[in-house]
Amino acid sequence: MSKVKDYIYRPEIECLSRSEFENLQSERLRKTVELVYNNCKPYRAKMDACKLKPSDIRSVADLQKLPFTVKHDLREAYPFGFYSAPARDIVEVHASSGTTGKLTVVGYTQNDVDVWAEVAARSLAMAGVTKDSLVHVAYGYGLFTGGLGAHYGAQQIGASTVPASAGNTIRQLTLLRDFGATHLCCTPSYAIFLGTEIEKAGMNIEDFSLIGGAFGAEPWTYQMRDELERLLHIDALDIYGLSEISGPGVAMECMQKHGSHVQEDHFIPEIIDPDTLEPLPYGSEGELVFTTITKTGQPLIRYRTRDLCTLTAGKCACGRTTVKMSKVKGRSDDMLIIRGVNVFPSQIEAAIMNVAGVSPHYMIYVDRINNLDVIEIDIELAGNLTPDRVSDIESIKKKVETEINSYIGLSAKIKLCESGSIRRSEGKAVRVVDRRE
Amino acid sequence: MLVKQLSVFMENRPGRLYKLTHALGKEGIDFVTLSIADTKDFGIVRFIARDNERAYEILKNEGFTVGITELIGVEVDDKPNALAEVIALIEAANINIEYLYSFVLTNHNSAKILMRVEDTDRALKILTEKGIKLLSEKIL
Repeated sequence: MSKVKDYIYRPEIECLSRSEFENLQSERLRKTVELVYNNCKPYRAKMDACKLKPSDIRSVADLQKLPFTVKHDLREAYPFGFYSAPARDIVEVHASSGTTGKLTVVGYTQNDVDVWAEVAARSLAMAGVTKDSLVHVAYGYGLFTGGLGAHYGAQQIGASTVPASAGNTIRQLTLLRDFGATHLCCTPSYAIFLGTEIEKAGMNIEDFSLIGGAFGAEPWTYQMRDELERLLHIDALDIYGLSEISGPGVAMECMQKHGSHVQEDHFIPEIIDPDTLEPLPYGSEGELVFTTITKTGQPLIRYRTRDLCTLTAGKCACGRTTVKMSKVKGRSDDMLIIRGVNVFPSQIEAAIMNVAGVSPHYMIYVDRINNLDVIEIDIELAGNLTPDRVSDIESIKKKVETEINSYIGLSAKIKLCESGSIRRSEGKAVRVVDRRE
Repeated sequence: MLVKQLSVFMENRPGRLYKLTHALGKEGIDFVTLSIADTKDFGIVRFIARDNERAYEILKNEGFTVGITELIGVEVDDKPNALAEVIALIEAANINIEYLYSFVLTNHNSAKILMRVEDTDRALKILTEKGIKLLSEKIL
């Protein structure tokens, strides 16, 4: 039974008609293209290379003429080469770690911070955050945008904001309980971890006041949502963002829990085929691409997120008309190619979560043995199981093997582990170790 | 007339059994029985403690996957063929024995047998009818 009373924070925008959106986007796109062409050297070079002038871009229909931007471009311009604003107008700098190489730096002007706060506020409204709420932010605060993004959104609404940041589980639980937090923002894997630690800490979920939360920064499955909602007695919603575009709040799931609304008056989404780079129609799965149309510090044109999902248009049952993105299936660079088959860790997770008797804590190892790719998955047995008969445990293992095989079309070696034995992460969960040379 | 036993899932790697026995030992928990079923990857440690409920609490708090199962316990004379006679009764009724282990308490001339069967109620009925001495937690 849901205790969340969600509402539309900015109905005059979030419920515009398609043609109204397109007019607004066209006008803002023209301005943005002009801004980057005149102020950002790499963009002028890219457009010149395609023989494009700002005047060639008259509406959103012309978006496809523009070249893509990739993470590599930002790294090449490290640290501040992608600014379209003078450095003195930048008020905040973030950087995303990435798993390899240089940091990707993003500068925000005051306008950009305001845009970010606005979209984060709209997002938290979807989880029912109001002035009366107490929002506990357990995302890391720092160069990572998770912490401050949720923080700005909660403050814009006027909720009490607790900047707990990540780490120190017992303190987190104590603060959540004693301060009476109504909403939690952190990564879904950390939220599940907090949920499972409540009992161990000698606490009772009945003594908490949580009703909802916004969880993001890593892909997660619907089954994980069920687990999280069960553990914390909340409605758990997916919040999407990436520091290059804006932190959390680029898109957020409404209480329909079926896709996340993209804040289209600020970010134009597209789906492309990651191989041919051709735009794909609504409903097709492909790589998500964003163009920012209100940012002034470091606007990005057709930025390839590497996240794979689908977009759908049409009025949502919640009343909003913004385009919705499906849950991110994986990142095109997270994708494992195993014996020639494309495998996403999220598929493996979905398979695992279908089996009773195991927990959502797992680790995927990929090795190459005698020139053959081999997957081994360590999964923790559920803590509430009665592990008495060998055959019961063997049959859980068998079920996991069968499920995984049906999801990815490959067999994986399953190892059941003691509960608590797989390392918990307090930030983004690391779930894949590829040991192939 | 059933005997409560704890079972714990354990990965098959060094140090695990110590962790379990030490967790209980340092809290002064005494084992009455202990048996291990092992496979290549994992084992199931089954035991009865003097204070099962406390043992359960301790292991839960330490994060072990632990559960409580109820077993049939019988007492037979400590002499050849005594076990076979009991098993014959169960098997004659076509009830499958899932596992079984025995133990002997000091100063007794009898052996105790613990077993998990497919159909506990029916097995209990048969054993009672045949006058087999059943164990309860108190006798342990």
